[in-house]
Amino acid sequence: MNQNPTPQTSHDTGDYVTVNIGPSHPAMHGTLRVVALTDGESLIKVDPEIGYLHRGVEKLGESLTYHQFIPITDRLNYCSAIPNNVAYEMAVEKLMGVEVPEKAQLIRVIMMELARIADHQVCIGILGVDLGAFTPFFYLIIQREEIYEIFEWFNGARLTNTFGRIGGVDADLPDDFEQRWEELKPGVRKANDETEKLLTHNRIWMDRTIGISAFSAEDALNWGFTGPCLRACGVKRDLRIDEPYCMYDKFKFKVPVGKNGDVFDRYIVRMIEMEESLKIIDQAYKLYKEMPADAPLMARVPKVIKPPAGEVYSALESPNGELGFFVKSDGSAKPYRIRIRPPCYMIYQAFPELVEGELIADLVACLSSLNVIAGELDR
Amino acid sequence: MDLKKRVEQCLGPNNFVVAMIECQGDLSVEVPKRSVVDVMRLLRDTPDLGFNFLSDLLGVDNLDLNKPKKKPKKKTEEGEGAETEEELKEKGPLPPRYEIVYLLLCLERNERLQVKVRVEENDMEVDTLTPVWKAADWPEREVFDMFGIRFKGHPNLKRLLMWDDFPAYPLRKDYPLEGQGEERHLIYDD
Amino acid sequence: MDDWLIAIIKVVGIWVWVLLIAVVMTWVERRGAALIQDRPGPNRAGPWGLFQPLADGIKLFTKEEIIPTKAQKLLYIIGPLLFSVPAFSAYAVVPFGDKIVLGGKEIILQVSDVNIGFLYILAIGSMAVYGVILGGWGSNNKYSILGGLRSTAQMVSYEVPLGLALLGIVFVYGTFSLRDISLAQQGTFLGFLPNWGIFKQPLGFILFIVAAYAEANRVPFDLPEAESEIVSGYHTEYGSMRLGLYLFGEYVNLVTISGIIVALYFGSWHIPYIDLGAYLGPISWGIVSFCIFFLKVSFFLWMFVWVRWTLPRFRYDQVMGLGWRGLIPLALFNIFITALFIQLTV
Repeated sequence: MNQNPTPQTSHDTGDYVTVNIGPSHPAMHGTLRVVALTDGESLIKVDPEIGYLHRGVEKLGESLTYHQFIPITDRLNYCSAIPNNVAYEMAVEKLMGVEVPEKAQLIRVIMMELARIADHQVCIGILGVDLGAFTPFFYLIIQREEIYEIFEWFNGARLTNTFGRIGGVDADLPDDFEQRWEELKPGVRKANDETEKLLTHNRIWMDRTIGISAFSAEDALNWGFTGPCLRACGVKRDLRIDEPYCMYDKFKFKVPVGKNGDVFDRYIVRMIEMEESLKIIDQAYKLYKEMPADAPLMARVPKVIKPPAGEVYSALESPNGELGFFVKSDGSAKPYRIRIRPPCYMIYQAFPELVEGELIADLVACLSSLNVIAGELDR
Repeated sequence: MDLKKRVEQCLGPNNFVVAMIECQGDLSVEVPKRSVVDVMRLLRDTPDLGFNFLSDLLGVDNLDLNKPKKKPKKKTEEGEGAETEEELKEKGPLPPRYEIVYLLLCLERNERLQVKVRVEENDMEVDTLTPVWKAADWPEREVFDMFGIRFKGHPNLKRLLMWDDFPAYPLRKDYPLEGQGEERHLIYDD
Repeated sequence: MDDWLIAIIKVVGIWVWVLLIAVVMTWVERRGAALIQDRPGPNRAGPWGLFQPLADGIKLFTKEEIIPTKAQKLLYIIGPLLFSVPAFSAYAVVPFGDKIVLGGKEIILQVSDVNIGFLYILAIGSMAVYGVILGGWGSNNKYSILGGLRSTAQMVSYEVPLGLALLGIVFVYGTFSLRDISLAQQGTFLGFLPNWGIFKQPLGFILFIVAAYAEANRVPFDLPEAESEIVSGYHTEYGSMRLGLYLFGEYVNLVTISGIIVALYFGSWHIPYIDLGAYLGPISWGIVSFCIFFLKVSFFLWMFVWVRWTLPRFRYDQVMGLGWRGLIPLALFNIFITALFIQLTV
C-alpha cells in the first residue's frame, strides 16, 4: 500500500478495497491516519501513519533553557497538561539532585490527580460519542469545565497550564480551594454515576465494547504497554505504587485491574480510576492542611539552571501510562538531549495487531479507548 | 546484591561490559554494538536480573560533546559526569558519534537499567531488537528517521514522523533548528 | 362542495401540516437534545430559538448547488427525490381524526380510505430504500457507498418483521384499512382493557416499534449516517436543498411512522373509557379528534428524540443479527399465538 502523504481515492487490490481514514476525520483523535484494506466491512490489513503533528519538540528543547522548555511540555498531552510539566520538572530535579519540599509535592499531587480526572472524562466522553451515545459526553464535560475553573484560577490557563517550576511550585493553592473542592467532588461523582447508568449495563454498549480488541497480558508487555491499557489486560502495574514519587506512598488508593484487555475493560478501569483520584485528592488535601502556612514551596535552585553533566531518566504515571523524560546535560544552561517517552506511542504501534480481523466500526471503538493523543504521539 | 554487581556478574564473563556509569541513582552499561541482541537476551533471561520490559529506545548524537570545549567554565564542573569528559579528552581519537540508549525495566523488582551502544559514523548499522521485544518497532524507526542509523532485520524500516522522501536527518546536531527548506520541494499530485 | 375539491383541500392541508411538523421537529430535536444533555440549546434565533428552523431552511436554500464532477448525475439528483416523495405520499392513508360535518357533508379526516390501507404504506416505504442506495452510489465516494450499502441492507431486512408484526393486527381486526382499524378500537374487552392494539398485540407492538426505528434510520439503528465512523454516510457529498430533502424526508418518515403507530396500536383518536363522539357536536368532534390524534403522535415523536440521545448505536452485524435472528422468529411466533387465540375465542 502507498504511504504517500497525498491521500488516494480508490485503489482496489482484487476484491479488497483500500479505505483511507483520516487525518481529517471526525473520529480520529487529532491528526492520525489509518489506511485500511477492507473486505466489505472487515479489516484485512491496517496501517497507521503518524507524524502529522510532529513539531520537533525534542530538537527545540536543545536550543531552549531548562525553564523555557516547561511550556512546551504542556502541549504534549494537551488533555491533561500538568503531569507532563511535573514529569519534566522531576527529571531535571533528579539530574540536579534537588529535593522538592513536601508542601510543593502535595500541591503537585492534587493538581496531577485533577488533571487525571479531566483526561479520563474526555476519553470516556469521546468513546461514547464515537459509539453513538452522545449524552454522557456532555455530563462529563460540564464537570471538566469546573476543573478548568480551578486550573485557571490557580495559574491563569485552562488547558496548557505551565504548572510548577524546577524545584517546586510557583504559587500556593488559593484560599477558597476547599470550598471549590467540596462543590466539585459531588458533581464529578454524579456525572460518573449518570454515565455508568447510561452505559455500563446497557446491552448495546456491552455488545459494542466487550470482546473488541482483546489483548493478552504477555502481548501487552511485549509491546511496551503501560497505564490503563495495560491494567485492563490484567497486569497490576502503576508507577504511583511501584516506584512512588511525590509522596504517593503516603496515600491509600486502589488500582483497578481488568481481565480481557478489551474496550470495555479499559472503559471500566478509567471510570474506577476517576473515583480513586477523588480519594487521593482528599487525602492529599488533608495532609496539606496540616502543613504550616509558611512552609517553603520551592527548593533552593539557582536562577540559571545548569545541572551537572550526566543523563537521567525519570518517569511518572500520567493518565495514559508511563510518561518518561530522558534528560542529558553537558553542564551548560541548555539541555543536550531531551527524549520524551510518550505512553500512547508504545500502545499505538500495536494498533494493527489489536484491530486486524475486526470490523470498521470496531476500529473506531478501539482507537477511542486507547486514548491516543496526537500531541504526545508525534511530539 | 547490588544491581551493579549483578550486572557485572552477568555480562562481565563474555566481555560485554565496556563501561559502567552511575548518575543520580541511574545505572548505565555500555555494551559493544555487535552483541546487543545477545546482551538483551541475557539480561532478560538471567533469573536474578530479569529485565523483561523495554521502556524506551532512543538515539543521542554526541557531536557537540566530543568537540574540544572552548569555554573554560564547563571544564570545572564537578560530579560524576565530569569524569566521562576527562576520559574522553584522554583518549586520542574521538569516540563514536552516535549512541543508542535502551531503557530496560524489571517489573518484579522495579529496577531500571540503561544499556548503551555506541555507533560510529562510518558504520551506522545495528541489529534490530524486534525479535526480543516488539516494543522496539516504532522507536527504531524513529531513530532511523531522526539520526539515520539503520537497523538490520527490522520488518518495516521506513520513516515514521517525517514524510517518506525527506532527505535529511533532523535530530543530528549539524542539522539546523529552522530546517533546510525541504518542505519547499514537496511535490503534490494534481 | 364537490368531492374533488374536498380531496384537494385535504391533500394540500395534510401536506402542509406534515411539513410543518417536520420543521418543528428539527427545533424539538435540538432543544430536546439540549434538555437531556444539560445545556441550553439554540436560544438566539427568536424566543426560545423558535426561528431556528427558519434559519436552517434559509441556509439550506441559499447554499450553492454543487454536483461533484465524478458523480453520476442522474442517480445523484434522483436519490433525494426518491427518498422524500414516498415519505410524504405514505401519509395519504393515515387518518388524522374521525369525521367532521361541514355544510351538510360528512368528511372523513383522512386523505383517502383505501381498503389496502397499510399495504400501501409498506409498498411506498420500500421505495425510500432506492433513494438511499442511489444517493450513496451516485456520489462516487467510498464513504457514501459504505453508508448506502449498510442502509439498504438494514432497511430491507427490517421490512420483514415490520410486515409480519402488522399481520398480527390484520388477524385481530380483520381489515387492512387504517380507518376501519381506528374505528374498531373503541370500547373495551375483558371488561376493563380498551380495545387498543397495544393491549391486543403487545408483542407485535414491541416488534413494530423496533422495526420502525430501523426503517427510520434512527439511533440505535443509525449506522448509515454514523457520523464518527464514516463521516456522514450516504449524504456525505450532498449539500444545499438536496441534503435538505434527505433530512426533511427523514423527519416526515418519523411523522408517518408515529401516525401509523398511533392509528394501529394506540387507539387513534379515542380516549379510553369515554366515548367523546357521543357528547360533542359533529364539528367540534372533528376538531377534538384531530387534536387527540396529534397529541398522541407528538408523544411518539418525542420518544424518537428521547431514545436518540440516550442509547449508543449498534454495529452492522449486530443490527443484521437482531433483525434476522431475533425479530423475525419473534414475529412468526406472534402470528402463531394470535391465530391460536382467535381460533380459541371465536
